[in-house]
Amino acid sequence: MNRPADAIQRHDFADRVMHWLTALGFFLAGLSGLAFFHPSMFFLSHLFGGGTWTRILHPLLGLFMALFFFAFALRHMRHNLLDANDRRWLANAHVVMAGHEEGVPDQGKYNAGQKVLYWMLVLCMLGLLVTGFFFWRPYFADFFPIWLVRLATLLHAVCAAGLILLVLGHVYMSIWTTYSIRAMMFGWVTRAWAKKHHAAWYREVGRQ
Amino acid sequence: MALQSLDITRRSATTTPSPSARQTTEVAKLIDISKCIGCKACQVACGEWNDLRDEVGRHVGVYENPADLSAKTWTLMRYSEVEEKTEEGTRLEWLIRKDGCMHCADPGCLKACPAPGAIVQYSNGIVDFHQENCIGCGSCVTGCPFDVPRLSKKDGKAYKCTLCSDRVSVGLEPACVKTCPTGAINFGSKEDMKQLAASRLPDLQRRGYPNAGLYDPPGVGGTHVMYVLKHADRPELYAGLPKDPQISAMVNLWRGWLKPLALLGMGATILAGFFHYVAVGPKEIDEEDK
Repeated sequence: MNRPADAIQRHDFADRVMHWLTALGFFLAGLSGLAFFHPSMFFLSHLFGGGTWTRILHPLLGLFMALFFFAFALRHMRHNLLDANDRRWLANAHVVMAGHEEGVPDQGKYNAGQKVLYWMLVLCMLGLLVTGFFFWRPYFADFFPIWLVRLATLLHAVCAAGLILLVLGHVYMSIWTTYSIRAMMFGWVTRAWAKKHHAAWYREVGRQ
Repeated sequence: MALQSLDITRRSATTTPSPSARQTTEVAKLIDISKCIGCKACQVACGEWNDLRDEVGRHVGVYENPADLSAKTWTLMRYSEVEEKTEEGTRLEWLIRKDGCMHCADPGCLKACPAPGAIVQYSNGIVDFHQENCIGCGSCVTGCPFDVPRLSKKDGKAYKCTLCSDRVSVGLEPACVKTCPTGAINFGSKEDMKQLAASRLPDLQRRGYPNAGLYDPPGVGGTHVMYVLKHADRPELYAGLPKDPQISAMVNLWRGWLKPLALLGMGATILAGFFHYVAVGPKEIDEEDK
């Protein structure tokens, strides 16, 4: 489908660049990190030129991901503040997941589920970014006591598992909700799409 | 280095059994601190045999030299001055401990290591680093309850005492044992070393050290380097030797529980997503909306 004349712009070019660079960073940091996560996935280290290269690259790939994620997240924070309306949506989340939307409040640019995802992603990313420095060898780890290195290592793995689960959910939602991927790729959505999934946002921007 | 004559019981980041058809005798090094005179011959012998020469450092006013273990110093004499209150008054004791890898039966370094085969445990109990498989992440440092492994600044790999696995594999005792001039360091089967320690204790206890005992901490499954301590009730007097060393609960959670659980969670999430799609179908825009 070509872009209809009355299509609505949902993600501008800068957003799309940041989103896909974050995604690239996530895949590279994620695959290199999984190589160390469990012996069954050490084979992933071959993608990065062996174990030692994977160890060297992983923190840099993580920083790359965090850079674009936080640039993106800061731009969209104001759209992701939760309000009373969102509480009603969340109470009805099971109805939404069953594919129905009766009695569920109209949603703004992001629905409450997306907002919760947003804040959980921020939490995991911050956790990964901060804890990563505590055991980044050979540069930083020696500055910290061993108990802190151990705690940071544990929390880093917890945040990583959390982030991967969240992104799996995010990816599935984009597949489930048809035309979301096209929207993030080319930036626009049809009026019908906006009206159905984000009615309050549609009322706000659709009139133009 | 891989030693064919020493079978491997455990291998880092490996979930299947390692070649282990043969069972070699469990060995141990016994360091009798009451016989040690702090001459550092063991340090020199270690460097000699292993062809290691650490950077010449600066003298900082203490007996430790070099100041710490390093990628090129695998054993180090540590000196502690301790004032003991006795019936006759205060007694100054100079406690000297040969520090280095303890070769734990349950090695925290091996448990934490993510690189397959970078750390192995031979069936005789020796824990060895295979630097050609080491990726330099330092997880072994995180996992060790004794603060022993050191990353080399030159090549980024981790190093520590090998208990002279190359010598032991051909029936020789470790270099430090061979060189010790007072017989403070002994080597043999773990059973024999325990008996040797036990035979030493009555003498020490008679000589005014009622708490003399063997240091073979059960928290790490026992060690293959053991000490005879005059103050076995307070091992921390000996330059901070841990009283009840264990693999940190945080390391156990990280390596033992979290990772398999998280993997299971990821698999379950993917399946749940797929079957949600199968059950509910895509969330499409209704015809009339178009």
